[in-house]
Amino acid sequence: MQIWIIQTLNSLALGGLLFMLSSGFALIFGLMRIANLTHGSLFMLGTYVAATLVRDGHNLVVAAIVAMVLIAIVGGLIERLILRRLSGNSQGQVLATLGLSFVAADFCLMVWGGDPIPISTPAMFQTPLRFFGLTFPTYRLVVLGVAIIAALLLYLLMERTRLGAMIRAGVDDMAMARAVGIPASALFTTVFCLGAALAGLGGTLGGPIFNAYPGLDGDMLPLALIVVILGGVGSLFGTFVASFIVGFIYTFGIALVPDLAYVILFLPMVVVIAFKPQGLFGRLTT
Amino acid sequence: MKLCFSLLGLAVMAALPWVAGEYFVNLGSQVLIAVIFASSLNLLVGYAGLTSLGHASYLGLAAYFSAWLSLKFGLGHAVTAPAALLLTTLMGMVFGWIALRATGLGFLMLTLALSQIVWGLGYRWVSVTNGDNGLSGLTRPAPFGIDLDLSANFYWFALLITALCLGAITCLVNSPFGASIRGTRDQPRRMSALGYNVWAIRWFTFVIASFLGAVAGLLYVYFHKYIHPSVMAITVSAEALLCVIAGGSSTLIGPILGAVLVVMLKNYASAYVERWNMLLGFVFLFIVVFLPKGMVSFRGWGKAKQGGQS
Repeated sequence: MQIWIIQTLNSLALGGLLFMLSSGFALIFGLMRIANLTHGSLFMLGTYVAATLVRDGHNLVVAAIVAMVLIAIVGGLIERLILRRLSGNSQGQVLATLGLSFVAADFCLMVWGGDPIPISTPAMFQTPLRFFGLTFPTYRLVVLGVAIIAALLLYLLMERTRLGAMIRAGVDDMAMARAVGIPASALFTTVFCLGAALAGLGGTLGGPIFNAYPGLDGDMLPLALIVVILGGVGSLFGTFVASFIVGFIYTFGIALVPDLAYVILFLPMVVVIAFKPQGLFGRLTT
Repeated sequence: MKLCFSLLGLAVMAALPWVAGEYFVNLGSQVLIAVIFASSLNLLVGYAGLTSLGHASYLGLAAYFSAWLSLKFGLGHAVTAPAALLLTTLMGMVFGWIALRATGLGFLMLTLALSQIVWGLGYRWVSVTNGDNGLSGLTRPAPFGIDLDLSANFYWFALLITALCLGAITCLVNSPFGASIRGTRDQPRRMSALGYNVWAIRWFTFVIASFLGAVAGLLYVYFHKYIHPSVMAITVSAEALLCVIAGGSSTLIGPILGAVLVVMLKNYASAYVERWNMLLGFVFLFIVVFLPKGMVSFRGWGKAKQGGQS
């Protein structure tokens, strides 16, 4: 019983982290038609920044805020300095982000070295909660809570604000959105920063679970891609649901059949792609 | 005229072991493997307009199939080579069917996700792949009693296979089917309206590309006599893509130039700098931003082939 609870909570926490990672990716992809392959790197950068700050004695909330701001700036710079130059050339943009992801991975290796840097769980979340004689690891619940809050805020942003309306208009029909005077340029940068900040937040919160290690980017990016493929583009809800599906399948896959966890991940993707190429809730064809 | 040049080039290449030392002969073999690999990817990227980020899967799968069959069942090369090619091509058929549910960026994301799954499997499925230790104790084949363990012999063998593959690719892209591949890249809707089955043409191209990738994989595992999961990593797919783009996609000469450049760069650079991945990333950025059409755009090379596009 206990093991199942732990695994379920691990799945939920991973699902929450995947949502923070993938929602940014999906937002950028939906609006700008850029498959941002640096997204895993941004996540990893977030983890490393947080690891450094926590090691220097700052608390995880401060680390999260600093990481979000820093990663948002990095994202904004990538968009402004590189992707902007390649607008209209979606293949070039993907390849540029791919090149950048190699540079970022090697940069992290250079700065932080090859050994994993552990991030300790904040002291107040270290003692597990106990109900009915069962223990629940608190930090996993906190991550899940933050992910749900982030999802709610993102939902409110998208559905209830002017910025959200502009983003939705851009996702549906960019040419028309430009024609009615939506400032596409500023919108692109804003969304890129927002997506990057979400990845940075995910990276920070994932720190105590995964630790900061080289290769974290390559482990997270395929999961984000699978989430977006499963959930479909242009649907925040789809990303949310798919994040938890992948979180559960991956966690239980690793626990039950460690050798073949990756294959099990592959199956739902194949099934969904076979019957609904646009994803579970996708409104747009990729 | 073109044929004359190709044969002349082949003759010059064949002379390498007589004029250069062991090191350069082995480097030459690596270049040839990269040429096959990049040219196979170019079928997809250049001619079919489908940017795949998972081509290393086929190289790795063929290498692993061949290694596994010989280590597990003690089969000879006469069995493992065709079996590895067949099994890899079958995987290519399945992966192609999945990835071609989408085109453009969706295709790219699917190929990337699929190849990362294969890569993860290479590391995790320890009972079959021996995980991070890789599979060692492999041998090179000895066709007709020729000992390929000698580097010059291996080089000539690789050169022969490369010539056959490039010849096949040339015939393919100049055939009516090759024209229809380019048609599905440039005008899929018109091709569809003309009665071509766009999806089938793309899928078939994907399968051919995966087969040729598997050929490169076999040569790779023969050359190194060792296989490690890192050969299926995204960096390997990306290097192949860099060969194609750096040289100039949708030209026959482009991937050859690109492969020579990338393998040389990798060999020389890794002797001086530690950070090949960072260099690879910067070269990628440079090519994409400043040389989007590749090296062939420097000169008139490849113009004849590109004339019909745009």
